[in-house]
Amino acid sequence: MSLAQFVKNQSGFAKVSISYKRGETLLAWAMISPWVAGFLLLTAFPMIASLALSFYKWNIISAPKFVGLANYHKLFFTDPLPLHSLKITVLFSLASIPLNIVFGLVIAMLLNTNIRGLSVFRTIYYLPAILSGVAVAILWQWIFSSDFGLLNTALRIFGIEGPAWLGSKVWVLPAFVIMRLWSVGGGMIIYLAGLQAIPTDLYEAAEIDGANWWQRIFRITLPMLSPTIFFQLITGVIFTMQIFTETFIMTDGGPANASLFYLLYLYRQAFQNFKMGYASALAWVFFLAILLLTIILFATAKFWVYYEAESEEDN
Amino acid sequence: MSSRGVGMSARQIISKIFVYLVLAAGSIVVLLPLQWMISTSLKPLSHVFRFPPEFWPQKVVWENYPNALSQLPFDLYFLNTAFIVVMCLLGELIVSSIVAYAFSRLRWRGRNALFIVVLATMMLPRQVTLIPEFIVFRQLGMIDTFWPLILPSWFGNPFYIFLLRQYFLTHSRELDQAAVIDGCSRFGVFWRITLPMSKPVLGAVAIFSFQFHWNDFFRPLIFLLDQDKYTLALGLRFFQGTYGTEWNSLMAVSLVVMLPLIIVFFFAQKHFIQGVVFTGYK
Repeated sequence: MSLAQFVKNQSGFAKVSISYKRGETLLAWAMISPWVAGFLLLTAFPMIASLALSFYKWNIISAPKFVGLANYHKLFFTDPLPLHSLKITVLFSLASIPLNIVFGLVIAMLLNTNIRGLSVFRTIYYLPAILSGVAVAILWQWIFSSDFGLLNTALRIFGIEGPAWLGSKVWVLPAFVIMRLWSVGGGMIIYLAGLQAIPTDLYEAAEIDGANWWQRIFRITLPMLSPTIFFQLITGVIFTMQIFTETFIMTDGGPANASLFYLLYLYRQAFQNFKMGYASALAWVFFLAILLLTIILFATAKFWVYYEAESEEDN
Repeated sequence: MSSRGVGMSARQIISKIFVYLVLAAGSIVVLLPLQWMISTSLKPLSHVFRFPPEFWPQKVVWENYPNALSQLPFDLYFLNTAFIVVMCLLGELIVSSIVAYAFSRLRWRGRNALFIVVLATMMLPRQVTLIPEFIVFRQLGMIDTFWPLILPSWFGNPFYIFLLRQYFLTHSRELDQAAVIDGCSRFGVFWRITLPMSKPVLGAVAIFSFQFHWNDFFRPLIFLLDQDKYTLALGLRFFQGTYGTEWNSLMAVSLVVMLPLIIVFFFAQKHFIQGVVFTGYK
C-alpha cells in the first residue's frame, strides 16, 4: 500500500474530476498559509540545513568547517555508540510495540463482552495513558528500586527475588518495556471503539455457520480491526523509537550504556558536546532508519490489512 | 458475544466471572503504581527505607507536601508552564482548524497532494529538524525565552490538522452551500457553521494539546536555561537532581505536577476518550 492509497483510504476522496473555482482556491491558499510558512520554515528548510550541516564540523562558536563524509564515517565505523544505541532502540521497540498492541487488544476484547461497569474499567485502564514525562519517569524509577521498590516487593510475595532492574545491564530494557505497558490503555480505547463499530450481523452469520470463538476472532475481529492496528503500528514505531525523557531521568543511559537510546546520544552530541555537524548526521541516520521501518511496514500491509470497499462519495 | 434475555448457560456464567476476574486483577495492577506513589509521598523518610516496605504508610506525614513544594519556586514554574500551555493550545486550536477547513471543505487543485505532505510531516521525527531550529532561534536571540516553545504551535500542527480535517469531512456540503446562497461568506461558514458543529473534535484537540505541552520535557530542556523560566517538568528534574533519594518528597512533588492532568481527565473524560477514538480513524 502506498502513502497515496493510505490517504485515499483515510477519506474517500473523489475520483471524478471537478471544476475548481478561482475564489475558492485563493481562499484555500490564504487559509493554509500558516501551515505552508511553518512547513517551509520549521520543516523543509531545517531538514535541508541539517543535511548540509552533517557534512561540516561545527561547535556553534567558531566557523563551520567542511569535512565531507567524515561525520558519517565516524558514525558507522569509528564511534561504536551510534549503532549500539540504534540497536537497543530498535530492540526496545520490537518488544514494546507488539506487547502494547497485544495487551491493548486483549483488554479491549474483554471489555467488549457486554459487561457491567464498562466505563469504570475503561477509566482505570486509560488513566495512566494521559500521564507521561518527568513525573512518571521519577515514579517508575522508584518502583524499580531493587530493595524498596514496588515491583520487587510485589515479586517477593510470590517468593521471587527480582533483579536490580535499572541497575542491571540485562534487565534495564525489560524495565522500560514494562513501564511503557502501563500506558497500554491509550491503544485499548482505540481498539474498543473499533470493536464496537464491527457490525454484529457478521458474528451472527458466523455463528449460524458454526464458527467457533477462535475462528470468529481470526476471521472477523482481527481483519476488521486490521486498519486500526496498522495505524497504531505506524504511529507506535515513530513514537516508541523517540524514547528520551524516561532514560534521561531514570538511568542517564546506564548501566554501561545499556539504555543509551538513540535520542539521548543525539542530545548529548548536540547540546552537551555542541558537535552540531555530527549530531546532524546522527539525526539524518535516525530519520532514514525510521523511514525505512515505516516503508517496510507499509509494504507488508497488503498481506494483512483489510480495507472495506472504498466509498465513492465526494466531499 | 450475545447475551439474549435472562437465560445464561453455566458456561456463559463461568466465562463472565472469568472476564471480571481478569479485568479486576488488571485494574489493581494498573492502579498500584499510583497507590504506591501516594503512599510513599505520605511516609516519613525513615519509613521509606524500611524493609520489607509498607504498602500503606503506618505514620502519615502531610507536611511532606508543603515541605517539598517550598524547596523550589514551584508556583513560578506552574505559572510559566500554564502560560506556555495556554499560548500553545490557542495557537494549535485556531491555526490548525483554519488549515483543516481548507483541506476539507474547500475544493482546489493540489489539495490531495499537499495533504500527503501534511501526513508525511506528521510522521517526521522532530529531532531531524531540531538542530537547525535551535540555531535559527539562537540567531534570533530567542534562546532562554518562551518563544521557541510557543511559536511553532502558531504554524499549525499536522496531527491536529489531520484530526480536524477528518471530522470536518463528515459534515454535509449542502449545508455550506445553503449558507453561501443565503449570503454568508466562506469564512463565515467556517466560523458560524463548521466550528460550532465541531465541538467534540475541538475539545479533543484542546485536551491533546494541553496534555502534550504540560508533559513536554525535551523542548524546554533545550531552549530554557535560566531557572526563573523553568517549566514544572524542568523544575521537577532539577528537584530530582538535588534531592535524589528523598523519595517521599519526590513522590509528593511528582504527584502535584500530575494532578492538573488527572483533574482535567476526570472532568473531561468524555472528550479524552472521544479524542483518542478520532485518532483511530482508519
